[in-house]
Amino acid sequence: MGNFSLNLLFDPLSLFFLFVIFIVSLPSAIYSFGYLKGEYSVGKIKLSWFLLAIFVLSMSLVVTAGNALIFLLAWEIMSLVSYFLVVFDTKHEKSVQAGTIYIVMTHIGTAFLIAAFLILYKHAHSFDFTAIKNACQVMPSSIKHLVFLFLLIGFGTKAGIVPMHIWLPYAHPQAPSHISSIMSGVMIKTAVYGIIRFVIFLLGVNSLWWGGLVLVLAVITCLVGIVYALMESDIKKMLAYSSVENMGVILLGIGAAMFFLSLNLQYLAVFSLVAGLYHLVNHAIFKGLLFLSGGSVYKATGTRDMEKLGGLIKVMPQTAFCFLLGAIAISALPPLNGFVSEWLTLQALFWGAFYVPVSAKLFLTVCAGMLALTSALAAACFVKAFGITFLALPRSQSAKNAKEAPVSMRIGMFFLSLMIICFGLGASFVIKLLTRVAGTATGINVSNMKFSLNNFTIMPQAGQGVYLSVPLLACALVVFLFIGWIFYIKFLRNKSRTYTTWDCGYYKLDARNEYTATAFSKPFRIAFSFFLLPYRKTEKIRESFYHVKSFVYETHTTMVFKKYIYKPLLGSVFKTAKIMRNIQAGSIHLYLGYIFVTVFLLILFMNKF
Amino acid sequence: MKIPLAIIQLIFIILFSPFLSGLITKIKNTLRMRKGQGVFQPYLNLRKLFLKREVISETASWVFGVAPFVVMASVLTAALLIPMFIGQSPLGGAGDFFVLIFVLALGRFFLALAALDAGSSFTGMGSSREMFISSLAEPAVCLVIFSVSLQFGSTGIAASFGMHPVPVSLLVAGIALFMVIIAETSRIPVDNQETHLELTMVHEAMILEYSGKRLALIEWAAYIKQMLWFFVIAQLIFPIASFSCCNNFSGLISWGMWYLARIMIIVIAVAIVEVSLAKMRLFRVADFLGFGFVLAVISVICAILRI
Repeated sequence: MGNFSLNLLFDPLSLFFLFVIFIVSLPSAIYSFGYLKGEYSVGKIKLSWFLLAIFVLSMSLVVTAGNALIFLLAWEIMSLVSYFLVVFDTKHEKSVQAGTIYIVMTHIGTAFLIAAFLILYKHAHSFDFTAIKNACQVMPSSIKHLVFLFLLIGFGTKAGIVPMHIWLPYAHPQAPSHISSIMSGVMIKTAVYGIIRFVIFLLGVNSLWWGGLVLVLAVITCLVGIVYALMESDIKKMLAYSSVENMGVILLGIGAAMFFLSLNLQYLAVFSLVAGLYHLVNHAIFKGLLFLSGGSVYKATGTRDMEKLGGLIKVMPQTAFCFLLGAIAISALPPLNGFVSEWLTLQALFWGAFYVPVSAKLFLTVCAGMLALTSALAAACFVKAFGITFLALPRSQSAKNAKEAPVSMRIGMFFLSLMIICFGLGASFVIKLLTRVAGTATGINVSNMKFSLNNFTIMPQAGQGVYLSVPLLACALVVFLFIGWIFYIKFLRNKSRTYTTWDCGYYKLDARNEYTATAFSKPFRIAFSFFLLPYRKTEKIRESFYHVKSFVYETHTTMVFKKYIYKPLLGSVFKTAKIMRNIQAGSIHLYLGYIFVTVFLLILFMNKF
Repeated sequence: MKIPLAIIQLIFIILFSPFLSGLITKIKNTLRMRKGQGVFQPYLNLRKLFLKREVISETASWVFGVAPFVVMASVLTAALLIPMFIGQSPLGGAGDFFVLIFVLALGRFFLALAALDAGSSFTGMGSSREMFISSLAEPAVCLVIFSVSLQFGSTGIAASFGMHPVPVSLLVAGIALFMVIIAETSRIPVDNQETHLELTMVHEAMILEYSGKRLALIEWAAYIKQMLWFFVIAQLIFPIASFSCCNNFSGLISWGMWYLARIMIIVIAVAIVEVSLAKMRLFRVADFLGFGFVLAVISVICAILRI
């Protein structure tokens, strides 16, 4: 093993990720007091605390490991513990299935990581990061390409990059909500850490196509994630798909940074990385919040199906308010934090398009266009999520009888809500700190790079007249709302009549007349039908030929990746296994022979290198 | 300097914007050989609505009540981002073109939520369709911004305002933006402001449950938003210098004439499009906006090639 030592790294990059881990884990842990109570037995609650502690610790170790081997060990502990947390609800069949998909996928990813690390070890003769970094500078570029691809697949599986995302929408919703929040908010971010630490920091970006590939994957991930999220009416599954989308947005920033690094546009590379990292911490915060408030809904009503919810804003006003804040933030609307990072990413792509050679300009522009489409679809998705879940009339008895979440759960949610506002208004301060993080990651001297004019205004390029001042925007909005409030006090309060919703002259509308989540997403389903391949299932139950007793109508979308990639893949794995069964005849002599041949081949193989 | 400018700009846009809608209706009616309502009808409508008592649905929550104010605040904030008279805008340091889009999206977000809040299936349908159309329009808008900003070397709104040459890329971008604006201001062939036929309306369906003063606010916000868009497109295709360049009174008059005339050109174009086309089916809107997107891509290519 050479010079094996347990050294930990505490450079700005690691510290930033530690911060992200704790800013979500802390409120989630507080939240779990109330969430677990009554839901599980005392022994199970204790177990969950134990697992949570190990989970958070292992993630912290992942981002602070100064040694590839420690990294890998922590990574594996993290994966295993999160598996146990996914299958925590053992009584649900779905949990076990989700856990299986998760653990298989995550180990495929880990296999690629191990391969990449072994290649690195072979060149560095050490697992230590500094040794690897030195070795990478003299490594032949073909090996570098290979290592990059392995790392991308390995970390991409954890990050949920399309098409390796399929475990994410199964595993995340199935875990208890505070764990979903940590998994979506933080755990998948460790993969981004891996990409930044290993690809940008250690390996060093040396080809244009690396960044290009990441950008293309990021755009696909964004669009696929949000289109699936729009179709989903399971609130936690929708959030999980939206995590896929947001990983895409983060990777747009990271990919752009890699792209600019290879073109030696240092200023832009740092700026793009800042944009990506900003979105990373923002997503951790608002997705954490959304999962927590979605979990409160689940706990209060016992269902995650939006079609059975509705009207919760009246019985759970505080949870509703938190969810609304999260929804505004994730839809990239001013003046909250999601808007800032999305704007930064757009700016990064724009300035990229402005400065790169002509051939790449259009590519970056189209990336930005797709980002715009994604954020607009995200807004539609969260209008649906909030509108159907919390507004209008309750669609079921359990939604009607829901109670506001207990105090500990609300504390967790309000803490994250506060963070959303802070990270929106304090944007230029955050950017200052992130610039240092990006500087460490890229090895670029950032002491003379400034992305803010004063403490309130962000400025991507000096002297180009491009500014963003979130406090100023918030001020303007607040002033106008204040004027509106005076108007309300003066002219509107207690002067309006309350009456039923217009019912076209029909008799008594009820919750069944409301628009549903499926109906809301119908236009999108039709517009994206080339990808979603929607189909219907109808079933008539007849009493006699003339009398239909009941009629079942279901609409589904085809899971393209599952059907056309994973199903055939799994099929061929089983087929190969069947063929391989032939060599297992049960004779011990034969097995000894196999061992001998294997050892022989291994010796030959070793000699070759 | 900035606060008086902000106030002048706000007063101008608030008072002038309903006039444009009245004008479009008037032109449409003239083209259809109808007498029609007067140009000032929107003002009368607003007055009527402000005097009326409103009815609020009993299923609605505070989101329904707050939404009109958020919509108004968002369009007014957007109005402050645009330099209307001189080369700088009152909130110039607050944001650029992208921010303009995001700020307007805030109002739409709340309006769509409020529509779902009423619990009627019409409003829900309107909400769904509005979000559908606006999300398809978004990539085209983004690319138009890219094209314009590549031209001027900045995404700042002020950079593209003032006197500048109009290359092909800006013209194409202007046309693409025009198509988007038709969708954004809910006009034929994407939507129809005049109809209250349940299945064809989009924006009108969304605000169906509103009445009285809150409806007036929403309508007024829609007028303002429409004027903002007209103004942006006019400034791109028919640039005008800052009025401080006019050194005498007659210069100021002719500046003012041209200033208004270029907005009138857009108004007339919208009116002609409205009378000469039929409303599209909802799913053909995707093609319509897709064409807008393609035009925007072309304009970006032109901007890259510097033509």
